[in-house]
Amino acid sequence: MRALAVDRVASWLPELGWRDWLASPEVGRPVAVFGRNAGDGRVELTAVLDHGVDGLAVVATRVAAGVPQPSLAAAAPGLAGFEREIHEQCGIAYVGHPWLKPVRAQGADSAAAMDAYPYYAVEGKPVHEVAVGPVHAGVIEPGSFRFQCHGERVLHLEIQLGYQHRGVERLLLAKAPGGLERAVPLVETVAGDSSVAHAIAFCLALEAQEPVSAEVALSRGILLELERVGIHLAGLSGMAADIAHLQAAAGYGRLRTVVINASMRLCGSRFGRGGVRPGACGYALDAEGRAGLANAIATLKHDLPAIDERFFGDLAVRRRFVGVGVLDMKRATEIGMVGLCARASGVRVDQRIGGIYEQFPLPSTTAATGDCWAREWLRMREIHESLAWLARVLEGQPGWARGPRTAFSPGRSRLCVGVAEGCRGEVVYALETDAAGDVVQVKVQDPSFRNWMGLQVAVRDNEIADFPICNKSFDLSYCGHDL
Amino acid sequence: MPAGYRGLPVVTDVPCAAGCTACLDECPTEAIVIAEGRVQIDLGRCVYCGRCEEVCPVHAFKFTADPKQGGRSLGDLVVTAGTRPTVARDVDLARIFGRSLKLRQVSAGGCNACELELSALANVNFDVQRYGIEWVASPRHADALVLTGPLTEHMRDAVRLTWEAMPDPKFVVAFGACAISGGLYREGHIDRAFLGEHIPALYLPGCPPHPLTFVHGILDLLGVR
Repeated sequence: MRALAVDRVASWLPELGWRDWLASPEVGRPVAVFGRNAGDGRVELTAVLDHGVDGLAVVATRVAAGVPQPSLAAAAPGLAGFEREIHEQCGIAYVGHPWLKPVRAQGADSAAAMDAYPYYAVEGKPVHEVAVGPVHAGVIEPGSFRFQCHGERVLHLEIQLGYQHRGVERLLLAKAPGGLERAVPLVETVAGDSSVAHAIAFCLALEAQEPVSAEVALSRGILLELERVGIHLAGLSGMAADIAHLQAAAGYGRLRTVVINASMRLCGSRFGRGGVRPGACGYALDAEGRAGLANAIATLKHDLPAIDERFFGDLAVRRRFVGVGVLDMKRATEIGMVGLCARASGVRVDQRIGGIYEQFPLPSTTAATGDCWAREWLRMREIHESLAWLARVLEGQPGWARGPRTAFSPGRSRLCVGVAEGCRGEVVYALETDAAGDVVQVKVQDPSFRNWMGLQVAVRDNEIADFPICNKSFDLSYCGHDL
Repeated sequence: MPAGYRGLPVVTDVPCAAGCTACLDECPTEAIVIAEGRVQIDLGRCVYCGRCEEVCPVHAFKFTADPKQGGRSLGDLVVTAGTRPTVARDVDLARIFGRSLKLRQVSAGGCNACELELSALANVNFDVQRYGIEWVASPRHADALVLTGPLTEHMRDAVRLTWEAMPDPKFVVAFGACAISGGLYREGHIDRAFLGEHIPALYLPGCPPHPLTFVHGILDLLGVR
């Protein structure tokens, strides 16, 4: 969990300097790059960079609206998605970009833009195309998948998203005049399975200038790790169901209920909603709550090993997962993967540093192989690590009372950034104020925005029949991407 | 009852403090109305954040742990002092689908909270298959369309195509505040014309609704007891 508040004026770089800066890897990993039409004929571009233990940094520049910019995507493929989004939101044409396709069709006549989406096609007589979606065969969000296949082999997959686009950033900005601290319920539904991570990142941005107490941070950390365990269990249960491993599907599914009901006993919601609020603890922890939580953790610690052993020790599971849907470390780094999917490819990216994780460190594990097996094995490992962390932080914890929400005063010409490590990776919120102190931009970034490209790369040269497990192993959010 | 759940709210007959608008100011979805000095909540809009209960000086609101709530019309969802939203049996739907009901789910801007709760219906904890209720992959096999999300503009055609692919007789279920009213996204990039033409037979409130809200609602609708 990390936050940063900077003076906008101090972060401006000249245009050329900005480009050199972003394209050179030693300046830090780009966490978010976004634009805003300043309304004076210029577009402001902002980059949030991760300097590891040295924290976050912000650099920005101003370019003339409507003037094409050289794309950095060829040299740094991880920037390609950001450039597509800036193109869509601010109208900047990037020269030399691989393909400036719609991200979520946010412009005018967006429905027509969705229909006219330019899929990449492979030509040749033996090549056939498989189109799936936007409505899928399960209880799942919509997205269109277009496969170019040679027999059973996938040559190329392209995923068109945007069906879930609701206009989150615009709605949040509209709420700013009445006080963004009231907007938590909306933030909790940006990606509802990451309600806690989104609420925390949003609050961290709000509070960037006045960090909250260790107690408040701990109250959030507990809900965040419960959310991670719950979603990882849902992921494992879904993967087991996809390969017809009934025992693990039922077992992991049952234990997910135990975890999300523990969240519910703390804050009233199985998704942790209402448990995070600006400036204060969103729920009370008393002796009864602590005992209930300890019980849930004990149940999981007791029941999980047998299910893990049945699942990960099963030859059938190994044969389905090992070597399938490989995303290697080099490619994962290059395209800017984050979160569990990055760590499963050996890339150590984890925002569970600083704040409460400084007081109570949580080991960040990686796997080397980047296949379905690595992603599922890591889910299982992270569940155990989070449970151990939860048990540790609760030891001798006297508890706390729910506190009153505080108001947010961002100041003038500020950029406030909040980052939290959700179950899929880093959730980023950035709030920007103008010289009068009015909020002029609310930037939201779900980790899925970074990671969908990873799935498209990972299924190449795999059997099309393995797509469901590749997809489920990445377990990405549609609504979080589509905003 | 799920312990600790912030479910069905009840409101008291206590008059509001003079000139007080604390709950109205806090409610993120304009779900509260003050009529004749008493509060009412429209569960079709409520996202169960509980802020009204927290700020009301006369303690007019109380969220109970009861997941049993729903309605066959939007009017059923308005909670006033002494009323609770219940689902009455639909004689025709009970006759046709009382012993077997196949459901097709479409998320049209849902945040995956409603979708996860609907998926949970099939797990070993809720197990709706024992009532003859099942999710199906093809709309051709479906009797009811369960909608989640505020109905985004970009899902307009997909929702219609799914509905048109379903054979008669069929009905719509609106699951969650977004589907019922647009919820937090009433000013968003949405198109709700479909729901104007195809009025849901069942509304299940919540953000997201508890799986038990679905179980109770559908069993009451079909008169399964």
